[in-house]
Amino acid sequence: MSTHHVTVTVNGQAHEADIEARLLLVHFLRETLNMTGTHIGCDTTSCGACTVMLNGKAVKSCTVFAVQADGSDVTTVEGLAQNGNLHPIQEGFMEKHGLQCGFCTPGMMMSSVALLAQNPNPTEDEIRWGISGNLCRCTGYVNIVKAIQYASEKMQAQE
Amino acid sequence: MIPPNFDYEAPTHVDDVVKLLSGTPGAKILAGGQSLIPLMRFRLAQPTLLIDINRVTDLSYIHEDNGWLRVGTLAREADLESSKVVFSRYPLLADTSHVIADPLVRNRSTLGGNLAHADPANDHPATMLAYGARIVAKGPRGDRTIDAGEFFTGFFSTSLAPDEIVTEIQIPSPTERSGGAYLKIERKVGDFATAAVAVQLVLDARGFISQIGIGLTNVGETPIKATEAEQALTGHEPEESLIQHAAKLAAQAAQPIADHRGSEAYKRSLVATLTSRAIYKALERAQGGR
Repeated sequence: MSTHHVTVTVNGQAHEADIEARLLLVHFLRETLNMTGTHIGCDTTSCGACTVMLNGKAVKSCTVFAVQADGSDVTTVEGLAQNGNLHPIQEGFMEKHGLQCGFCTPGMMMSSVALLAQNPNPTEDEIRWGISGNLCRCTGYVNIVKAIQYASEKMQAQE
Repeated sequence: MIPPNFDYEAPTHVDDVVKLLSGTPGAKILAGGQSLIPLMRFRLAQPTLLIDINRVTDLSYIHEDNGWLRVGTLAREADLESSKVVFSRYPLLADTSHVIADPLVRNRSTLGGNLAHADPANDHPATMLAYGARIVAKGPRGDRTIDAGEFFTGFFSTSLAPDEIVTEIQIPSPTERSGGAYLKIERKVGDFATAAVAVQLVLDARGFISQIGIGLTNVGETPIKATEAEQALTGHEPEESLIQHAAKLAAQAAQPIADHRGSEAYKRSLVATLTSRAIYKALERAQGGR
């Protein structure tokens, strides 16, 4: 069956590979590129643990074929910190205790970054709506919302 | 879960999509993929060839033209949600896009895919029935236009031929004193509707209902047009007892089955309640409210 040569830019670095069409983007990231920051949770387009940015849009990477990302820019959780400095969203999750087990955290942070890019100063309702595609089974979301508010304030202050 | 193998093509022109479709039995179109890819992973769908239309760039438009809102088949739910023309003039469509799945899915999922997949639990089919929308299909024999009322023929089935692709959705532009609303009950964000109701109506100068469309989601094998409820309201003043009567007729038109989302009686009761609420909201909007 069909094999395809793709070039996908992940966190600013171009990667080339020969892949089967059926390879999912999340498996490409985790198994072809060995970037395991992106998690696989439900496997059924429900939980959002696998959220990455594809050309600037937050998507569930378990529901996109890697071949579809040929020529695209992908940002994963590994691409958030710059020069050893945590991204404000990462700092927010740390400062506000936005996680317990941490399984949902990479996806939660990628959704948050996409939300804040669109809406830098969201209300609590807008935050909860923005992360409604991401499930956390530990925290009850209260501290996650606080973490996103922390990042929102910090990112606005930096501008 | 990994889907079985398949061939993959990503043409950039819609004519090449049609050629591939008509030349390959078992080919399927990949648009947003938010329903198809999970189905392939469960091996409920096993296409021999996936024709990815995401690189056909001239299919993503949303614009008004000559009395219609024309939406390219590849317009994403997120595009519809953020469209100014949709927000200001097509509140029923805006409502519908806003409650489909979750924001991550809406970044990928498309209007054309939502209709062509024809899952009775999908939200846009009822909305298109309420609007009296038209669906443009392209095949080897050219283009044809299908009324939404003729499009949904059965459980996950449409009147599309195997070698046709939906290219455009056409929604009638609103006239004066018109309004619409989509109301959905879901157990949680991302779930399919337990039941949902789409209403689009027009008032005459006296404030009587001159035209109304009512569509029902996930209470039958196909989306259902509640024609008796529509007829009961057409030509009449929208007063409380008549709206309640129409809501009951809509509940009778529903053909729900009991499942993990609720009993048959519960779903019928939801349809009645949502119908009357959607009518009130549509009335408010027809009178200039938001």
